[in-house]
Amino acid sequence: MNDFTKYLAGRVTAGGMNRREFMGRAMAAGLTLTAASQLFTESAEAQQPKKGGHLKLGLEGAAATDSRDPAKALSQFMFVVSRCWGDMIVEAEPLTGKPVPALAENWEPSPDAVTWTFKIRSGVKFHNGKTLTVDDIVATLRRHTDEKAESGALGVMKSIKDIKADGDNLVLTLTEGNADLPLLLTDYHLVVQPNGGVDDPNAMIGTGPYKVASFEPGVRATFEKNADDWRSDRGFVDSVELIAMNDATARIAALSSGQVHYINRVDPKTVALLKRAPTVEILSTSGRGHYVFIMHCNTAPFDNNDLRLALKYAMDRENMVKTILGGYGKVGNDFPINSTYALFPEGIEQRAYDPDKASFHYKKSGHSGSVLLRTSEVAFPGAVDAAVLYQQSAKKAGINVEVKREPGDGYWTNVWNVQPFSTSYWGGRPTQDQMYSTAYLSTADWNDTRFQRPDFDKLLLEARSELDETKRKDMYRTMAMMVRDEGGLILPMFNDFVNAASKKVKGYVHDIGNDMSNGYVATRVWLDA
Amino acid sequence: MSNSTETESLPGQRFRERFPLLALVIERMLLSVLLLFAVSVLIFGGVEALPGDFASTYLGQSATPQAVANIRAELGLDRPLVTRYFEWLGGAVQGDFGTSWASRNSVSEQVGNRLGNSLFLAGFAAVIAVPLAVGLGMLSVHFRDRLPDKIINVISLAAISLPEFFIGYLLILYFAVNFGVATFPATVFEGMGLIERIKAIALPTATLVLVVLAHMMRMTRAAILSVMSSAYMETAELKGLSAWRAIVKHAAPNALAPIINVVALNLAYLVVGVVVVEVVFVYPGMGQYMVDAVTVRDMPVVQACGLIFAAVYIFLNMLADILAIVANPRLRHPR
Repeated sequence: MNDFTKYLAGRVTAGGMNRREFMGRAMAAGLTLTAASQLFTESAEAQQPKKGGHLKLGLEGAAATDSRDPAKALSQFMFVVSRCWGDMIVEAEPLTGKPVPALAENWEPSPDAVTWTFKIRSGVKFHNGKTLTVDDIVATLRRHTDEKAESGALGVMKSIKDIKADGDNLVLTLTEGNADLPLLLTDYHLVVQPNGGVDDPNAMIGTGPYKVASFEPGVRATFEKNADDWRSDRGFVDSVELIAMNDATARIAALSSGQVHYINRVDPKTVALLKRAPTVEILSTSGRGHYVFIMHCNTAPFDNNDLRLALKYAMDRENMVKTILGGYGKVGNDFPINSTYALFPEGIEQRAYDPDKASFHYKKSGHSGSVLLRTSEVAFPGAVDAAVLYQQSAKKAGINVEVKREPGDGYWTNVWNVQPFSTSYWGGRPTQDQMYSTAYLSTADWNDTRFQRPDFDKLLLEARSELDETKRKDMYRTMAMMVRDEGGLILPMFNDFVNAASKKVKGYVHDIGNDMSNGYVATRVWLDA
Repeated sequence: MSNSTETESLPGQRFRERFPLLALVIERMLLSVLLLFAVSVLIFGGVEALPGDFASTYLGQSATPQAVANIRAELGLDRPLVTRYFEWLGGAVQGDFGTSWASRNSVSEQVGNRLGNSLFLAGFAAVIAVPLAVGLGMLSVHFRDRLPDKIINVISLAAISLPEFFIGYLLILYFAVNFGVATFPATVFEGMGLIERIKAIALPTATLVLVVLAHMMRMTRAAILSVMSSAYMETAELKGLSAWRAIVKHAAPNALAPIINVVALNLAYLVVGVVVVEVVFVYPGMGQYMVDAVTVRDMPVVQACGLIFAAVYIFLNMLADILAIVANPRLRHPR
């Protein structure tokens, strides 16, 4: 059973899918009629979600400085908090990453993908008893476009020119065509609030499966079941408690002593030990975040593509995944997209460690002397170790890499995006378009490889408004090849999200969208007594 | 003090002679204010000297020049250092510590909550640790160089030799994970009952007690022993007092001053030095709050926390000196 059918089976179990829908989609995914039928019966009977119980999560990432306003949510902790009490207009399907209905029932783009019409769901109630209307959604989106709201989604909202209601429909007009608009609306800051949260952005009132019972920033948040929830396939436990635990050992102790049911951010170095605990299950999910070594394509000596290729071939990716991620990750291929993205360009040859090729390109580049790589522990966990490992693998190709350890304070200001060769980290983006626009467009603020290619920029803009998926996929393939073979990015690994739960926790969905089941962990799981 | 000031400040001199204790307290208070002022300059300078200011560290990797400039302009970080310091000072002397740059909430309000938690934990640990340490110290004097003395010494020295986070983890491993008798994590929150709270802080309290015990116990033992070797103790023994009585009635009062001093130092440590214990036990106290603030250079919060820590330290030391003087009249007339 592959992940997708597993997910479908989970949806059946969660009560979110009927037989007809399940059969159609399972067979489309390649199952035979008998197999699908049998699977449906099994899933429906075997793991019926149990309702009730008190779910406790011990999470890293909370700080006393956390704001209640979803627009300003930054931390992992607040990410889960807003998923509990709020809903988005559109959600991303956990296993395919495609947009699926949430507060919008369906949507339709104009042929040029500039104007989008969303039909808003009726009969949805906020926690304060008010009924959701299209005006609430319009107000929400407008608030996030206001610079003063300091919304984390401001960048996304900048591409929307006009927001208005048309009867029960929401109509969005963009500055230019964008086929990915529904996915952009899945941004976790864009929680729909009554009147957009203009009256009180900190009220924590939404349409989600749980109502906030108490919240103390940097300490704890508790929730109670929303009896009027408009969805039946989520919110199985009666109450949820999130406890801030920034110490990795404290989280592990709390989980193994049974004080919490779920923890995030398990250190790859201690996963093997935690695995031995009989009551604990490790939950590892492929993610979009990646650890990178970045070269400035416009700065000597890295303005020479042969030197860049030499340094790419000198990277022992398998060893990096094994050593730095403890095996919890996937090798990268020097472009920032992996199979968790929709329209992932398949079949691009995996670049492997090849000292001979590295040495060939190195000689061709004519560079002599050492290459200075700057790194710091804040770049990503294990960045200094990774730099030293790289130094060793490059040595075998006759390339002398000099590693300079920089102080963590000020690394993002003084080294990253400033110095020509350094280590860094990128979190994923909802779409390929966003990833490339953020860091590979010539004019992007965060073009940290100084990749300036007019043909690439043109292709990126064309792909954005292309509604034909086959054509779009081809474009993304060309772009991936450009970055892979001519860019300044060495991408040795994509890190998995490593979390852990008590075996009592059932129904966990491995969501490719983001960490902790895309933040929905508390609303998707149930407790087996 | 030079001769000229002595003749000029004659009324002060007379006051000092009549109320030596009061004069000392007032003098110490004035000094404390100066000290706090110096501390605030040091903290301000120290945080400024760190690479990266609030705007760039808060935004981290996601900083764009425009966003950094916006935050700097909004918070006035583009103005000179001295101007900003005196503006902050102006507010602080009126009791207004400003708002946190990161969360835009009132610093006083947040500090109040966290300080209460810190004091609760420290107070609870002190109530157990101080009598225990002094009692054990007396016991080990009584059984000097015999088995109980050696056991007490070995155990308390072992406890102080282990880093506090390690003791914490050991306690968690045995009492929370293996035996499952203690509550973990020690998160306390508003609306929690007293009994619940005490249960929650049992493990961190035990850790703190183990950490501070040895220092106070050893000092008690050493101070009493040195008193014990003096002539009047010999007299006490000769006139037939029991050994326990001689320790409690004669030796202890004379040994009080050094003991009080070391107790005060440890109390101060319990309030200001427990960051690691707070992190390990997930306890929402001041230390964790200050560390959060330093990492993003949230100056108003760092300043407020730093000043409170300094004030606690100064106050406890002053209290120790005063109590020592009260206990030992000879100290009242320094030569």
